[in-house]
Amino acid sequence: MAADTTLAGLDALELAPAPGGMSASERARRAWAVAWPKLAAVALVWLTWELIHLTGWKKYVLPGPGVTVSNLWEQAKTGLLWHATGDTVLRALTGYAAALVIGTVVGLLVARVPPLRAAVGSLITGLQTLPSAAWIPFAIILFGLTYAAIVFIIVMAAAPSIANAVISGVDYIPPLLLKSGKVIGLRGPSLTWHLIMPAALPTFVAGLKQAWSFTWHALLTAELLVLVAGEPSIGQLFSADQDQTDMPATIAIMMVILVLGIAVDAAFGAANAAIRKRWGLT
Amino acid sequence: MSTTAVTQAAAVSLAGVSKVYGRGGSAVRALDQLSLTVAPGEFTCLIGASGCGKSTLLSLVAGLDTPTSGDIAVRGRVALMFQEPGLFPWLTAGANVELALRARKVPRAERKARAAELLDAVRLRGFAAKRPHELSGGMRQRVALARALAQDADVLLMDEPFGALDAMTRDLLHDELDRVRERVGRGLTVLFVTHNVREAVRLGDRVVLLSSRPGRVIEEYPVPAGRPRRIDSAAVAELASVITDRLRAEVSRHGS
Repeated sequence: MAADTTLAGLDALELAPAPGGMSASERARRAWAVAWPKLAAVALVWLTWELIHLTGWKKYVLPGPGVTVSNLWEQAKTGLLWHATGDTVLRALTGYAAALVIGTVVGLLVARVPPLRAAVGSLITGLQTLPSAAWIPFAIILFGLTYAAIVFIIVMAAAPSIANAVISGVDYIPPLLLKSGKVIGLRGPSLTWHLIMPAALPTFVAGLKQAWSFTWHALLTAELLVLVAGEPSIGQLFSADQDQTDMPATIAIMMVILVLGIAVDAAFGAANAAIRKRWGLT
Repeated sequence: MSTTAVTQAAAVSLAGVSKVYGRGGSAVRALDQLSLTVAPGEFTCLIGASGCGKSTLLSLVAGLDTPTSGDIAVRGRVALMFQEPGLFPWLTAGANVELALRARKVPRAERKARAAELLDAVRLRGFAAKRPHELSGGMRQRVALARALAQDADVLLMDEPFGALDAMTRDLLHDELDRVRERVGRGLTVLFVTHNVREAVRLGDRVVLLSSRPGRVIEEYPVPAGRPRRIDSAAVAELASVITDRLRAEVSRHGS
């Protein structure tokens, strides 16, 4: 028996057989298994809400789900809601992108340069705990009622959490991988680019999701107070509805925010699942 | 200066190397005045019980750590393999090997072909697109070997590379290692650490026995058996039992 065929045989035995493709009916069954609990949850909320409405508690100010959803439908038919949502999402994306760049660079520097970590490591966590509302007066004085003020508030809220995600991502890289990288001769920038950054990615992505929720919180807080002329936004719609005590419209907009939040969460979930699959963590 | 001449000729030479971890009362002396010379192309196995500083020794030779005192001279490039393959999970097997080529500035155009060649050398042709988690333990360790070879090293340091594998895979990889060294063809010097005496005798041209706490060389055994060798051959078993007895005597010294 030649050694090479024995080795090839062992390799073949040790590898798991390739999984077969999924049939259409199997895929439909899986989709249903995921979908029905969500649909049931929506139905349950609707039912509870309807029941509360039927008891007549605060009946002059609290609308039922039917009125609210038709209000949302009416708003969706006008351009304003779409325009406002688009503006708000654009602000969120701009602020988030800026926070991503700044947070990643700061995080990498702090993680890799020990004196810098000693100097500003705890400051980053301190900034993270500072409520975004605390930055509003500062931003308005500095930038006025402008787009820049809103982006600034988002960056101050989200960048620390992105930096922290990078730092813990780097800290949790298995020492064996770092050693392997050094042994094969990776140094300096190529060590950072080819090893540190990809190895920190799973923790980093978890941090990105948290940073997105900081972005969203900061943005809505900012929009309620920094009203930029000529730019409708979700915050402005809220303000207007509050002034007119328009509860159905207020709840309808809250629903829009919730749906956006769920969509973004699903996107991060998919990114996370893709990384786990790539790494073999599933 | 005859000593210089010896140092020049050796692939690896350690002269009076000591390594102390920590300071004061809690200091641990891992290596004590250890001297060892490895000739180019020689396969040397280091064996010893726990606490003999085997891994420390390899880290020092690899330049990952510096000795507290003594001199280490290594001729040529060094590659190091661990008990765990340490492959990067976000890269395919092929890309893991290519990264090592890239780290030593092999032009992009050559990398892919060279990586395929190296994977072929460890009989993993056709597995370049697999990720580490899709491979078995033995296959991963062979990718790690291909990656080590990609560094075009003159000296290959191996720290219990087959320690985590089952016996059958390990025996086959011993044959593979012999074959790969032949294929590389330019007298690859190997410094191989193990706690498995039979493995040491199966692979080595020479087996060096280290004492424990602190580590120093207590005995050297040239292996007379020719190649190819089998781990279950009488010649291997005979020398292995002699070394095992000496190793046990060394270990019991710590129990009394």
